[in-house]
Amino acid sequence: MAKPLEELTATAIRDAFLRRERSARSIVEEQFAILKEREVAVGAFLTVMQEEALARADALDRKLADGAQMGKLAGIPVAVKDNICTRGVATTCASRILEGYVPPYDAHVVERLIEEDAVIIGKTNMDEFAMGSSTENSAFKLTRNPWDRERIPGGSSGGSAAAVAARMAPLALGSDTGGSIRQPAGLCGVVGLKPTYGRVSRYGLVAFASSLDQIGPLARTAGDTALLLEAIAPRDGRDSTCTDREVPDYVEALEQPISGLTFGLPGEFFIEGGLDREVARALEQARRCYEALGVRFRDISLPHSRIDVEDGQLSSYAVACYYILCTAEASSNLARYDGVRYGHRSDERGDIIEMYSRTRGEGFGEEVKRRIMLGTHALSSGYYDAYYLRAGRVRRLIQSDFERAWEQVDLVFAPVSPTPAFRIGEKADDPLAMYLSDIFTISCNLAGICGISVPCGFSSEGLPVALQLMGRHWDEERLLAAAHAYQIHTDWHKRAPALEGG
Amino acid sequence: MRYEAVIGLETHAELLTESKLWCRCGTRFGEPPNTQTCPVCLGMPGVLPVLNKRAFELALKAALALHCVINRETFFDRKNYYYPDLPKNYQVSQNYCNLGRDGYLEMSADGGIRRVGIWNVHLEEDAGKNIHVESPGADYSLVDLNRAGVPLLEVVSAPDMHSVEEAEAFMHTLRRLLLYCEVSDCKMQEGSLRFEASVSLRRPGEEKLGSRVEIKNLNSIKAVTRCLAYEIERQSRLLREGGAVEMETRLWDEAGGRSERMRSKERAQDYRYFPEPDLVPFVVDEGWLERVQAEVPELSLGRRRRFVRDHGLSEYDARVLTEERAVADYFEACLAAHNEPKSVANWIMNEVLAILNERKVSIAEFEVPPQRFAELIEAADKGKVTAAAAREILGKMIETGKNAATLIEETGAETIGQEEDLAPIVEQVLAEARKAVQDYLGGKKKAIGALLGQVMRLTGGKADPKLAREILLNRLEEMARQP
Repeated sequence: MAKPLEELTATAIRDAFLRRERSARSIVEEQFAILKEREVAVGAFLTVMQEEALARADALDRKLADGAQMGKLAGIPVAVKDNICTRGVATTCASRILEGYVPPYDAHVVERLIEEDAVIIGKTNMDEFAMGSSTENSAFKLTRNPWDRERIPGGSSGGSAAAVAARMAPLALGSDTGGSIRQPAGLCGVVGLKPTYGRVSRYGLVAFASSLDQIGPLARTAGDTALLLEAIAPRDGRDSTCTDREVPDYVEALEQPISGLTFGLPGEFFIEGGLDREVARALEQARRCYEALGVRFRDISLPHSRIDVEDGQLSSYAVACYYILCTAEASSNLARYDGVRYGHRSDERGDIIEMYSRTRGEGFGEEVKRRIMLGTHALSSGYYDAYYLRAGRVRRLIQSDFERAWEQVDLVFAPVSPTPAFRIGEKADDPLAMYLSDIFTISCNLAGICGISVPCGFSSEGLPVALQLMGRHWDEERLLAAAHAYQIHTDWHKRAPALEGG
Repeated sequence: MRYEAVIGLETHAELLTESKLWCRCGTRFGEPPNTQTCPVCLGMPGVLPVLNKRAFELALKAALALHCVINRETFFDRKNYYYPDLPKNYQVSQNYCNLGRDGYLEMSADGGIRRVGIWNVHLEEDAGKNIHVESPGADYSLVDLNRAGVPLLEVVSAPDMHSVEEAEAFMHTLRRLLLYCEVSDCKMQEGSLRFEASVSLRRPGEEKLGSRVEIKNLNSIKAVTRCLAYEIERQSRLLREGGAVEMETRLWDEAGGRSERMRSKERAQDYRYFPEPDLVPFVVDEGWLERVQAEVPELSLGRRRRFVRDHGLSEYDARVLTEERAVADYFEACLAAHNEPKSVANWIMNEVLAILNERKVSIAEFEVPPQRFAELIEAADKGKVTAAAAREILGKMIETGKNAATLIEETGAETIGQEEDLAPIVEQVLAEARKAVQDYLGGKKKAIGALLGQVMRLTGGKADPKLAREILLNRLEEMARQP
């Protein structure tokens, strides 16, 4: 009779539940059966919340039976990245320093999930404190790309992207500071959206870089992405940087026509040697598909997001600017992990300074320490002007490049990642090479605009390739409509990785 | 060789808000440890600050009262340093764009008016408190975060003061200003008012400043004055002995009456200030600024001058009455009902302040409202009751809450001021006090005092003393004429 759960979109799961074709309990039970079967192979979750989820499913079944008004996400299993606080459930940011830490409160987005009757099924793996592009920086486990288990799923929301790709959850929340939703979504063949800065409250998101972090949805389709965004976007007075704007009807916006829109092609992103040939080819095909749908393409320039290739080495203003700003903010945001109030505290006895250094020395991983040191240096007196202030000026130049682009085009069309998923360990010892895998996603965060990653093909090795669309501030509607139109005419998102047991 | 001291002061005052700067936790003093806390002020992972608008408004009011230029768009900065009482290990403060700058404080010093420059006024969060466990063998400290996140006003003066006395006058005047503006309760015993001082010495007439020493941990005006005297002496001695003052930060030990080096210039802390990315810039619009400006009250010095000019009070009386805003308000409320400034001033200073002082309470707790007190003063001024009777009635007003007229009526305290009422009593006294009468008639004019005293005794102090004296003198003159 009914289709297997893993073939259903989140929207379809909800509708089946509301039409009483499936109980929430059966949905959640089937979801955990899939999750458990594949978790050994993928390693997407740090905490699996089966007991809580089943209790919640029963409560939702009763609520529906009582004839109560049901929420937008009724009965849909959702995975949540482990840097988003869940009351009573460990939230570790994949760091030893927060091992066993159980928050006393829910993040705004978690409250929203609960209010909309979603079922949270677990907390997903990530790079420690969201610092990384491969999820290899997790202190607890390795997450594998469901399309090729020898490869990374991308990062830092690698657990969320892998979980959605492997059908272990129809929806997931991630966070994106420099590409951490879009890049893993692209490498795992799912849709990932980074909302405009200020669209979604950061209250309860463990901060990495406050001026860049944004929570966003991952799903297999643009429609499911719109649904989850709509649920988490409502205003929250606890985040001063969060907007007062009304939440548009994103699901309705999916049907907006895209014929007649103009997409910009930033010359700086499509340079010789900057892009893997197969990625370039997939993007070219996607472009032709959009042209067939009535979209015009126009060359634009984002001079301050320029990428240079010299002796095969990539470099970029945006990446340099990003790594000063994000590490500066991180060095301060991560200062609170000192062993005084919560989380790991070193067993070694000593004075307060020794307690701090041992606790932090033991608790933080390599990459986190590297970034704390970089950021501390960038803010030091005597260096502040040359680094932090200058990076702030570059950031404004990047922003104004986009402002100029919007005078000519509606959306910017770009790659997500220079290559498909790389091998586990391939860049683990080369932080700079790792930083450059965010080369196309960072500008969007620096400009504070919205961006989406949409699957647009596969490499000859069967690895997903994705396109990126970036839009004006608060223009998620057009982004979603463009992604949706593309998915109607392609079936990349319908393919599933072959995962037979562990 | 005498040196000139150059002194600057940083004043921290806790603002009078119900809730903390970034969250809704209460700010009451003396609650059990860590009971006024929440994820935000505990610095839990993922929390964000939301500015308490009232705190901003109070800081703005203080900045306006200090004649500061107001930055119409300000933002907050993070000051990064590690300390167990600082939950986030950074303090949200203002560094790059303070709420107010370039103001001044007017104070009276050396019999004149002095202006001390105010470099800036800004808003920041307080830290918690470390409690060092004293029990033997204890190798840990406890942290109480009730105070963490309480809004603090910081006022940074220019190094415009040159003596301990000037610094003392500055602190008292600033404290009065903060109390007048009702922005802080300035309770030093509760840590609501704290200071940091910077001191350098130079030869008189020299422009260049000497090496500056900063002193922290000054928790009362008295501690600052003691520490300044100590520091000026310490630096003078160093210079006299041919040594040099080193730029450093010292910690004041109030119990020991001395300071100790905390860190040298080389080890100066780098706070790595940068704009707080969790908050947006804060805009002060014209309307808001005007509303807050209208809330700034007339300050003590201005009021003192007005009391001398408009009410004809002496400098001394005006100063006593303007020391506290509530006392000055009480005085003016009395005047509204009975416009005899000199008399009202005397009654408040001699009676009310004495009573308050004895009971160690503020005028807010004084039971007699100004209107009623004015009625009593008026009765005394018009001779309806004698001063002595009025004082007794005041005591009864405090006890019973009744008004002056009722109590005068009930106790029959009204002055016996009619000749026909007083004459028989005078006759009685003349008949009984024969000795005094003889003395007077014999030339000892001072005996009149004893006779008058007798009249007052017999009337229970209610006789109009002027009239009684007049009748007595008339009768004695008659007696002298009749052999």
